[in-house]
Amino acid sequence: MSTLYERLGGEAAVNAAVDVFYRHVLSDDRINYWFEDVDMERQAAKQKAFMTMAFGGPHNYTGDDMRNGHKHLVEKGLNDSHFDAVAENLAKALAELNVPQAEIDEVLALVGTTRNDVLGR
Amino acid sequence: MPSSCRSGVCQSCLMRAREGTPPAAAQSGIKDTLRAQGYFLSCRCVPEGDLSVALPEDGAGRFASTITGIRQLSDTVMELRLARPEGFEYRAGQFATLINGQEVARSYSVASVPELDADLEFQIALVPGGAMSGWLANEAAAGTALHVQGPNGHCFYACADREQPLLLAGTGTGLAPLYGIARDALRQGHTGPIHLFHGALREPGLYLHEPLRALASEWEHFHYHACVLNGPAADEVHVGPLDAWLLETLGTLKGFRAYLCGAPEFVKLMQRKVFLAGVSLQEVFVDSFLPAKAP
Ligand SMILES: Cc1cc2nc3c(=O)[nH]c(=O)nc-3n(C[C@H](O)[C@H](O)[C@H](O)COP(=O)(O)OP(=O)(O)OC[C@H]3O[C@@H](n4cnc5c(N)ncnc54)[C@H](O)[C@@H]3O)c2cc1C
Ligand code: HEM
Ligand code: FES
Repeated sequence: MSTLYERLGGEAAVNAAVDVFYRHVLSDDRINYWFEDVDMERQAAKQKAFMTMAFGGPHNYTGDDMRNGHKHLVEKGLNDSHFDAVAENLAKALAELNVPQAEIDEVLALVGTTRNDVLGR
Repeated sequence: MPSSCRSGVCQSCLMRAREGTPPAAAQSGIKDTLRAQGYFLSCRCVPEGDLSVALPEDGAGRFASTITGIRQLSDTVMELRLARPEGFEYRAGQFATLINGQEVARSYSVASVPELDADLEFQIALVPGGAMSGWLANEAAAGTALHVQGPNGHCFYACADREQPLLLAGTGTGLAPLYGIARDALRQGHTGPIHLFHGALREPGLYLHEPLRALASEWEHFHYHACVLNGPAADEVHVGPLDAWLLETLGTLKGFRAYLCGAPEFVKLMQRKVFLAGVSLQEVFVDSFLPAKAP
């Protein structure tokens, strides 16, 4: 049985999804202000890290990393509604890339497991 | 010790550890060969233990050179030419840090192409009260000695796909690296369309207008788009904000590689706009002219 990451198409699929997803995020007024000041140059790598995690691929982030990485955002009010909006944009991007609904559901379930860490709970 | 950016970019504060190991953070971004010799950036260095240090040796990323010429390209932009030191290997569009006799260090993009031009050429805007640009304008002349540190930066032509459309956009002297990149791409036989947008406040700021028009008539696939914020201007020059006009002219930017150079605010704005217009995150290359910070 191949992993979710393999079924989705591995690194090539991650690369394809990153652009589509991040364009949706930057166009979504519910959340794009969180990304106002981030350095676009480093975003390619960071978004790739995000997508690799979401796809269940190999990465080195721990729950604590997610906690620390979003701590400054939680202090400024990052909450469930923002998390839901990110997940929604992710689902939208994957649907556009013709990922089957069953895999999209798996991705969303995986991303859901990071919720408490990202939101510092 | 000269320093300029104070943030690990310009490498003008390079030093060498004679004994002891510099912290990893102070060695990030420098060439492997220099790292192996104990070189590090002093602006990034909070020593973790005893460190005995020395100034870099000539040739270790820092080269002695002399000015071969300075001329005005416009009222406020000068072209600086330097003898290219032996061993200074660069790609058009990278930048070098110039260090003068008063230990002022500032980074400038190289506008020349190593395969086409004997000298290193720079296009430098005169900044009121500017330590380096003022010195170049008022005190330096052909024959003046200075040091060149570098080259650094990833903003240069390296397209695996010669047919890929290229967007080169810059304001002010942001044109310097783009001019080098465009000529390098043409020299290497790039066949895809190359769109160069140059923005200035007013028409005299279009300091390479004639050479770029000549380049555009020489190469069918090279397109030069001149743009000023405030008119009046010649018929072929667009009057209005560069970003809006660029997107209107090209429509979707899907498949493009983009090079964005010049004022940090411009670069930041354009990075976002070209990405939203279809350029992939990995296809955006920038050279942001961050001003020097006081030490
Ligand atoms: C990677 C990189 C590449 C660069 N390439 C080029 C290049 O090709 N051509 C070029 O002209 N410059 C380029 N720059 C900018 C250059 O390094 C200097 O910052 C600039 O020339 C000003 O230096 P100065 O010593 O003359 O002025 P400074 O002594 O540093 O500044 C004098 C005063 O003017 C202010 N000031 C600085 N810059 C500006 C500005 N642009 N407009 C208004 N006020 C300003 C300063 O805050 C200060 O108060 C580049 C910068 C970087 C980081
Ligand atoms: C859905 C689950 C999420 C995951 C798995 C995730 C993952 C990541 C990762 C891997 C990084 C990079 C950390 C680094 O290497 O520096 C990061 C950074 C970041 N994330 Fe998230 N994230 C999630 C949710 C969110 C949400 C909901 C927001 C805000 C709406 C958000 C905003 C940011 C910002 C602003 C950064 C910092 C970028 C920077 O400073 O350059 N994230 N995230
Ligand atoms: S790298 Fe240290 S001052 Fe620029």
